[in-house]
Amino acid sequence: MAAIELRGVVKRFGEITAVDGLDLDVPAGICLGLLGPNGAGKSTTMRLLTGQARADEGELRVLGHELPAQAKAARAEMGVVPQLDNLDVDVSVEDNLAIFARLYRVPDVRAAVERALELARLGARRRDAVDRLSGGMRRRLLLARGLVHRPQLLLLDEPTVGLDPQIRTELWSLIDLLRSEGATILMSTHYIEEAQRLADEVAVMANGKIVARGRPAELIAEHAGIETAEVYAPPERLATVRATAEGQGLVVRPAGPAIAIVGAERATDGAIPPEAMRRAASLEDVFVILTGEEAE
Amino acid sequence: MRRLEPAAIAGVMSREVANFRSFWKSTAFSSVLEPVIYLLAFGLGLGATVVDKVEGLEYVEYVGTGMVATAVIFSSALPAMFGAFVKERFQRTYDAILAAPVDVEELVTAEMLWIGLRAGVFGCFPLIVAMLFGLDPAPGMLLVPLFCLITALGFAAFGIATAASVSKIDQFSYVTTLVITPLFLVAGTFFPIDELPAGVRAAAQLNPLHHLVELVRHASFGFEALDLVRVAALLVFALVLWRVAVRLMERRLID
Repeated sequence: MAAIELRGVVKRFGEITAVDGLDLDVPAGICLGLLGPNGAGKSTTMRLLTGQARADEGELRVLGHELPAQAKAARAEMGVVPQLDNLDVDVSVEDNLAIFARLYRVPDVRAAVERALELARLGARRRDAVDRLSGGMRRRLLLARGLVHRPQLLLLDEPTVGLDPQIRTELWSLIDLLRSEGATILMSTHYIEEAQRLADEVAVMANGKIVARGRPAELIAEHAGIETAEVYAPPERLATVRATAEGQGLVVRPAGPAIAIVGAERATDGAIPPEAMRRAASLEDVFVILTGEEAE
Repeated sequence: MRRLEPAAIAGVMSREVANFRSFWKSTAFSSVLEPVIYLLAFGLGLGATVVDKVEGLEYVEYVGTGMVATAVIFSSALPAMFGAFVKERFQRTYDAILAAPVDVEELVTAEMLWIGLRAGVFGCFPLIVAMLFGLDPAPGMLLVPLFCLITALGFAAFGIATAASVSKIDQFSYVTTLVITPLFLVAGTFFPIDELPAGVRAAAQLNPLHHLVELVRHASFGFEALDLVRVAALLVFALVLWRVAVRLMERRLID
């Protein structure tokens, strides 16, 4: 049985269709990265899975529970780490954990708090109010709070958005640890590197739908080929190079000040200028091709 | 999972208790000091200079018992309004709680109960202060915390429902000016409503605070049969507002 099964899920907000016929299966024991640009419908999907949003159409099943009717039972077995910090800032670190241990009906609250403190490496700061913690500590606490009841499924909604690289790496180590312990994780992100680093499989989401899914290497092979050529030149020159490459049926995308010619290995003479820098095709190429958005 | 699980309600209340530990001093300070100031200003000031006796009571006794209702509305409706709005909009606390196995009905119920219990305690302070100024203790006063709790539950639900209805925090000004202040003034706290025009007297009968004022005075100086109806009316007020608050919060929190 898949941990998450969504069939034809639609969620509208007035005129806007945030989730548009979404089909998604997440097997137990994997980390699935839900990769998409802002506004793709990732956060709405997360809210649908916790019952905090109700689908207009479709079927949702989480850990065997039908949603929204059994959303409360499903929530008891899942942990959620939100995009925005919603810790109680005037309350101590251990009390923040104890409150959620009680909300999740954990029988031994003290033991659960100790385990979560150890996971977040915050034992030494246990009695400090949250507003005295650094940004990285707060994120670790938020993650530990979502795990205080040992959930079967963990939903991570943009877990490292807005964090500096050092804190991001710290959190990745923690998520890696959970993966190695066999937790089922659904992680929404718009960071390519994060998806590539943490996810067993990646589902690319755009306009409320999954547009591609697979292991990162499979997605790259299917949608971006083997090699990408990046060309840095003045705008007029770039326009000429683009026209030539597109004339050969190659996909060309912007890459900051340069252009990237995807599937460069298929180019015939003249399509790739000699000054181009060749590199292996990446998940970023796939993301931009499929979503039409610049990657972060 | 069942509806209204005690464990879920207790969990939400434990969060309130943990937070209250960080600000109880300031809240208790204002809850104790405010009635003292009112009693000094109205009870002793007016009582010594302008007003002699009201309905056969010394003015300090009259205001001291009436101030219980003022303490209840100010320690229930206002914290519920501002607290619920801040937790929903700015702190996103409700998002965090609703990601756990807690539903909106349990969340609202727990918030109401916590505010009700707090206001039930704070509501007794004016009575204790009035005793220092000459109000005689009476056995009926032991029921005052219960009357305060029931009324506070209704006003807590009113505050939560209001928080779920406004789009900006500034809009609370309309509610305090147009609803809370008139309720507080036309409750029979500072002057008898019997002397007011017939329309205002009739409106006062719909004011839960007026019934609380009457119940507290009767608890201090002798109950009457009608008090059972007053208690029933306050219970209905709390029950109806509870359902309204749950409904409006569900609409606000569940997309």
